[in-house]
Amino acid sequence: MTPTEDSVPTHTSTPADSAVVRILAADGTLTPSDAAEPYLALVEALTDAELEGFYRDMVLIRAFDRQATNLQRQGQLALWPPSLGQEAAQVGSARAARPQDHIFPSYREHVVARIRGVDPIDIIRVMRGLTHGGWDPTDPRNGNTHIYTLVLGSQTLHATGLAMGLVFDGRCGTGDPERDEAVIVYYGDGASSQGDVHEAMVFAASFQTPEVFFLQNNQWAISVPVATQSRSPLHKRGAGYGMPSIPVDGNDVIASWAVTKVALDEARAGQGPRAIEALTYRMGAHTTSDDPTKYRTSEEERSWARRDPIERMHAFLRGRGASDAFFADVEAEAEAVADDARIRTTQLGTIPVDTMFDNVYSEAHPLVDQQRQWFAEYEASFGEDS
Amino acid sequence: MTTTDTSTGPVTGGAVTGAGTTPAPSGVENLPFSRALNAGLRRALAESDRVLLLGEDIGPLGGVFRVTEGLQAEFGPRRVIDTPLAESGIVGTAIGLAMAGFRPVCEIQFDGFVFPAFDQITSQLAKITYRHEGALQMPVVIRIPYGGHIGAVEHHQESPEAYFTHTPGLRVVSPSTPNDAYWMIQDAIASPDPVIFLEPKSRYWPKGEVDTTARALPLHASRIVRRGTDVTLVGHGAMVTTLLQAAALAESEGTSCEVVDLRSLSPVDYGPILDSVRRTGRMVYAQEAPGFTSLGSEISATVMERAFYALEAPVLRVSGFDTPFPPAKLEGKYLPDADRILEAVDRALAY
Repeated sequence: MTPTEDSVPTHTSTPADSAVVRILAADGTLTPSDAAEPYLALVEALTDAELEGFYRDMVLIRAFDRQATNLQRQGQLALWPPSLGQEAAQVGSARAARPQDHIFPSYREHVVARIRGVDPIDIIRVMRGLTHGGWDPTDPRNGNTHIYTLVLGSQTLHATGLAMGLVFDGRCGTGDPERDEAVIVYYGDGASSQGDVHEAMVFAASFQTPEVFFLQNNQWAISVPVATQSRSPLHKRGAGYGMPSIPVDGNDVIASWAVTKVALDEARAGQGPRAIEALTYRMGAHTTSDDPTKYRTSEEERSWARRDPIERMHAFLRGRGASDAFFADVEAEAEAVADDARIRTTQLGTIPVDTMFDNVYSEAHPLVDQQRQWFAEYEASFGEDS
Repeated sequence: MTTTDTSTGPVTGGAVTGAGTTPAPSGVENLPFSRALNAGLRRALAESDRVLLLGEDIGPLGGVFRVTEGLQAEFGPRRVIDTPLAESGIVGTAIGLAMAGFRPVCEIQFDGFVFPAFDQITSQLAKITYRHEGALQMPVVIRIPYGGHIGAVEHHQESPEAYFTHTPGLRVVSPSTPNDAYWMIQDAIASPDPVIFLEPKSRYWPKGEVDTTARALPLHASRIVRRGTDVTLVGHGAMVTTLLQAAALAESEGTSCEVVDLRSLSPVDYGPILDSVRRTGRMVYAQEAPGFTSLGSEISATVMERAFYALEAPVLRVSGFDTPFPPAKLEGKYLPDADRILEAVDRALAY
């Protein structure tokens, strides 16, 4: 069915819905929704340092993201998928994970990657065309964060397989929350239409994996509104697979944190998979190749700008008495992060041609070896001119 | 997805049962190909608890071809896993299981049903080691019963090997004998790279000698299975049997054919093929798959590049036609038989 123009809302539900878990109103006041009730005790236990940390994470990554977008405009990067506007959903969910948890990002989770320890320059390397990966998910410094894949939804199956492995190895549900592990996998409203996401949820429910499906509904799959992906709110889908499924205001970092923390705790404890739909908005383009003015209105963009996650948290922290010195310190650090990204990007250099032939296989492969050798000799034949 | 009735061939299922059929880890047994595979899988499961089997109907049923019969009873449902009916899910979760340190062996029920998993195999499984700059290995095996000769319905008789040999990062092998089935499945499981393991389903039932004490050849070696002096015949899987039939017929007409079993389709072990062609000066390649841009196209081109001056005739190809696999009543005309191979032998000799 092709929806007619006037029947297509740009989103299936908004953060105003009463079933949505929300702690902070758009103006930054503490105004929990009815659905937030089960999470209030957790929220009250958050310290000033934790709350200020959420804010700092969001501001730093926005500065980095803006810098990366500029670097792309200046021809330094092939492409950049901005995370502008989605900082709260990402920071909240990433800060809810324990160090032993496993992260499967989509290709826009720059905040998540940074929080887990991935050096943001490694993400730059991917978008600069120096690697298809750029970091080792098994290196402890990267916080069990897997690399980006550009095929939508593929990673939901990999996450589910890894989570099945956790079940088979008894690495969840032991009763020891310090040891139990869980998996969180990120995907978007567009990816939710992919068959792999469906299959991942079927497997996850069947094998009761310790896993959180974290859907960021940013309202647009490039130029196609979410109504074309789903005629019912996406958070209702989880129930169909037999897993709890919770809608949260994805522009509210506290709500995003609380919902994800509970879901991960339950998953780690062996209660099976959970689904979260974070309602948010991609304030920038899908990628730097995209022109959002062709498919959405400035009025819509303005309405979401009024729900900006950083301004909301800024107002909340101000109301709690956060100091000018704190905000100034965050701004200074953000500037340093952006400068660092620019300087290190221009220092990245290039990669040896030979790496093209590396790691196609783990064991020697005659065809690749022959081509590597042929190409080396061919290049050498040009002598000093090459 | 629906499958054919398992009565499409002389399945050995009723005659033998689970654990009691394990060949002793020494000696020579006479086994059907499917039981040899079963024994190879059992040995791999017994040797490492990181080996897992997953697929549709592979548990109590033992798979529609009974290759996994008795294995779930012996190793339990966490080692031999009946999955939801979802091919992309089987391969995609196998990738995640490999990331968790397992060595998954996936069963795709039939050749034509591998395509729902095609993205996970070609875009993900094949590229994960490359994309991770070597930080992750992908020791995943995808078992696929393939090929014709069993009179089945659509999507149950195809030869999809060229899709996979075209994909860097995958290894593709196809045993043609019970002994190779027994050893090659173990070698595929031991490989740190992903292996597409093509099982010629028309060969599941004939018996052959399996030497469980000594591996004959490495996983990626090709092998001369019949000596001859006039023409080199090359193929893999079920086609090796047809090539041997053609060679026997040719012998009675005074032509001596050498037969090479590829065993490994990617990488191709060209050594024995080129040695043979340098002795015979002629080569015919035969395959069930359609000919256009196929494995036969690649191998014949490479042989002409590397052994041009030894050739007395161009390398000739015999293949399935460039049509969909036809309804089963026509498969005897579609698939290369000994006569079609001999026609090509005659053409090669006429140059």
